[in-house]
Amino acid sequence: MQAIIQVNNLSKTYPSGFQALQNIQLDIRRGEIFALLGPNGAGKTTLISIICGIVNPGDGIVLVDGLDIVQQYRKARQRIGLVPQELSVSIFETVWDTVCFSRGLFGKPADPAYLQQLLRDLSLWDKKDSKIMTLSGGMKRRVLIAKALAHQPQILFLDEPTAGVDVELRRDMWQMIRRLRDSGVTIILTTHYIEEAEDMADRIGVIRAGKLILVDDKTSLMQKLGKKQLLLQLTTALPQIPAALSAYQLQLSADNNQLIYTFDAQQEQATITSLLRQLNTQGIEFSDLHTRESSLEDIFISLMGDAA
Amino acid sequence: MNFFAIKAIYLFELARTRRTLMQSIASPVLSTSLYFIVFGSAIGSRMVAIDGISYGAFIVPGLIMLTVLTESTSNASFGIYMPKFSGTIYEILSAPVSAVEIILGYVGAAASKAILLGLIILFTAQFFVDFSIMHPLWMLTFLVLTAISFSLFGFIIGVLANSFEQLQIVPLMVITPLTFLGGSFYSISMLPPLWQQITLFNPVVYLISGFRWSFYGVADVNVGLSLAMILLFMASCIAVICWIFHTGYKVKV
Repeated sequence: MQAIIQVNNLSKTYPSGFQALQNIQLDIRRGEIFALLGPNGAGKTTLISIICGIVNPGDGIVLVDGLDIVQQYRKARQRIGLVPQELSVSIFETVWDTVCFSRGLFGKPADPAYLQQLLRDLSLWDKKDSKIMTLSGGMKRRVLIAKALAHQPQILFLDEPTAGVDVELRRDMWQMIRRLRDSGVTIILTTHYIEEAEDMADRIGVIRAGKLILVDDKTSLMQKLGKKQLLLQLTTALPQIPAALSAYQLQLSADNNQLIYTFDAQQEQATITSLLRQLNTQGIEFSDLHTRESSLEDIFISLMGDAA
Repeated sequence: MNFFAIKAIYLFELARTRRTLMQSIASPVLSTSLYFIVFGSAIGSRMVAIDGISYGAFIVPGLIMLTVLTESTSNASFGIYMPKFSGTIYEILSAPVSAVEIILGYVGAAASKAILLGLIILFTAQFFVDFSIMHPLWMLTFLVLTAISFSLFGFIIGVLANSFEQLQIVPLMVITPLTFLGGSFYSISMLPPLWQQITLFNPVVYLISGFRWSFYGVADVNVGLSLAMILLFMASCIAVICWIFHTGYKVKV
């Protein structure tokens, strides 16, 4: 199936001389949740802004549903909704007026029934006649989402959707994003909360200093780059690791009470069995054991470190 | 053509007028009424008629122009500057709209408001002075062309302005003096000969003269020249706006 967004060799240098993007090559699949990860200033917002038409592209081509974003900007942009990072919304307007404005701006005739349902889904219906200045930050964020969805786009960009949003609201928002995905909307979100990407995304792209350094399915990314650790709580402290266990490259905790075995998440469990058997022969007893998996955050940090 | 977008922008801008009704409509009407009371009735009653027109009636077209020029400029400039300032311009830039539609929305709304104000002041003037309109259709033509031209001019100011101060400075420091010196309150034939020449460099002279001709059939300069000057000014503003959108100057990087 054709990718819904195709970014080919996109580069962007700002008039100041700052090169924000270098030869970005990226396909977004129809109907997925794609998370764009990267530190501040990596180029996430620039990439989104170019696709949405806010920033002029430099070199390269961007196609949205097969439509060139420059030559066929009208059709391309009608397919896109954007929730910006900043809470930029005209505060003197009412919620209802502002969503009607957005729908009209994107060339759609009025549809009060759809907008009513949209506001209900976002728990904004009882605030429809309130001026936006009277709303809380979380509500303003939802108003921005409602504005972005007012023209029923196929693609939704969320630039840092949960920045400054409390935990409960963040969960609500994630649920809402999943519902949207289930209804067929393709979602691209940028975030620097890695847990967000880990929780939500189907695929992940990592951008650093204007370069896309990695794009992969989340699960395979976690498998490929993820590490697992087995932690054994010893009944008696061990002065040093016995030579017979050197093959396992164990680590001993600082207080000598814990043995740590790091293994590849993809490997068979056989090594663990043999390790435990060895410990038994050596007479090393343990009171507790558990395993932990490296999070996307660990992977991300190691990626950033590698690239540096 | 994205007509829904033009309508959305236009209605958004008019809604802003409704929200600020006192500031938008009541205050220009009040200040113009004061002019009529002071210059028209009080002082005017002691002044000789100009070109056979009583002084109170003579200043009616100039006072309308004064409001139309300042209001269309400041409204259009504020209308496009606000989204830039608050960041909401992202939505306009990401929408499937062309420069023409954006301009029709913003400039159309600013011009509509200025025309409406002009007509309200015209209506108000009836309560203070006696006057008649000799060429109503030409009067409307001048009013509409002036409102559109100066709304375009205001749009340019709004796009180029970097601060609220810069936004205010042109209406305050340029438009108002030019209007006062452009014959709102006097006929330029009353000036010393040298100043009669200098004043011809003031574009507002042509607007007021043409507008006054549509009321009383008398003009300081040829009415055809007045019309040509308005169209020239409008064309210049359109050219500048085309250049702004073509290059993305101050709008898009």
